[in-house]
Amino acid sequence: MIRRILFILTFVGIIASIYAAFIYAPTEPQMGHIQRIFYFHMGTVWVATVAFIIVFIASIMYLWKGTRKWDILAYCSAELGVLFLTLTIITGSVWAKPIWGTWWTWDPQLTTTFILWILYIVYLVLRSSAGNDTKKAKYAAVFAIIAFIDLPLVYLSVRVMRGISPVVFGPGGGGITPEMMNALLINMASCSFLFILLLLERIDLERMKDTIARLKLSEN
Amino acid sequence: MNKIWAIVKKDIITELRTKELFTSMLLFALLIIVVFNFAFGFSVEILSVAAPAMLWIAFTFSGILGLSRSFALEKEGNAIIGMLLTPTDRSLIYAGKMISNTIFVFIVGILTVLMFILFFNYSFLATLLPLIPIMLLGTIGFVSVGTLFSAMAINTKLREVLLPILLFPIIIPVIVSAVKLSGEVLDGNSVFAASSSLKLLASFDIIFVTACAVTFEYVIDES
Repeated sequence: MIRRILFILTFVGIIASIYAAFIYAPTEPQMGHIQRIFYFHMGTVWVATVAFIIVFIASIMYLWKGTRKWDILAYCSAELGVLFLTLTIITGSVWAKPIWGTWWTWDPQLTTTFILWILYIVYLVLRSSAGNDTKKAKYAAVFAIIAFIDLPLVYLSVRVMRGISPVVFGPGGGGITPEMMNALLINMASCSFLFILLLLERIDLERMKDTIARLKLSEN
Repeated sequence: MNKIWAIVKKDIITELRTKELFTSMLLFALLIIVVFNFAFGFSVEILSVAAPAMLWIAFTFSGILGLSRSFALEKEGNAIIGMLLTPTDRSLIYAGKMISNTIFVFIVGILTVLMFILFFNYSFLATLLPLIPIMLLGTIGFVSVGTLFSAMAINTKLREVLLPILLFPIIIPVIVSAVKLSGEVLDGNSVFAASSSLKLLASFDIIFVTACAVTFEYVIDES
């Protein structure tokens, strides 16, 4: 039941966010239509952030409690985090090309995001190569914790490297009208629904895998 | 403290008898410097700009060699089980391994600096003395996470291949601040010209020595 409500919310939410981003929100005077991609950009980056915080907390809980459900949560959340962060980076690049004239710059925010992305891909590589389940879960949890603690230091170090550079935040630093804010919030909300839905489905999938593994064992 | 020392002593004795790790690390560092020289076409201008980066690439790459052997050695003949069976806290084993790794990597690092001074004609005292503390802080940061991940990587399917992939993204703050600091030194400035890097490096060391000592017991448990 909850799943169905969530599904409907996500479905309606995505349509509403497309409408909000492309039709409802006014065109930004300086950047023009390209600025509209920012609504999706912010939505995905928000979800990715939440996902990685979940990975961190679930990893600590796993090391503490040692129950499989925390490991599943961390794993599924990390996968989705990587997915959404990839979308963030792609939409960001698409925006940056006409506005900054380049797909990519090494400014602190971008560099940190990039390293964040690499770190969680490494997390997935580690999981896939770690052999049996408990070992996999423990290693992954330790790596996730270390990686998460590392991030503020990465951000600081990149700032140190580049000197202090202007922080680009919000739609080009320009004024945000209330309509834009609404469109942004709608996008963030529907992305969140999508994330929760995907996360629940993914966790189910992982549980099914466990069940199959158990059945196979009892068969032998 | 005695227990930590026992592990350190064991590692040093093993190394003194075989000398395999040391020689290969040092040769590798030397080769990296030579390769860089060819790659930059012996141009003095590029070398003076790229010197700190070369130094730390030589240092980290040869350091990775040493770290990946660190637990591989324990794994051979299942020496690790003997170590785990001793009634000690796991974090003491971590401390022991970390200290011995730090000693090896630090000595190789200092020798790399010496080769550097020799090849690129830097002034001996003015370069070596301020680089020693930077080298030490950098080594501690690098080895603290490296020891933990080395214990982890050795038990995976990819083994040694996994270690650099795990380690490099994490130690970016160490490399960035160490390169910055050594850049200042090689340019003839005081270390304190980049005091924010110094603070960053020191805080990385403190945070990760603690975090890795705490998490080590989960990695080593039932390998």
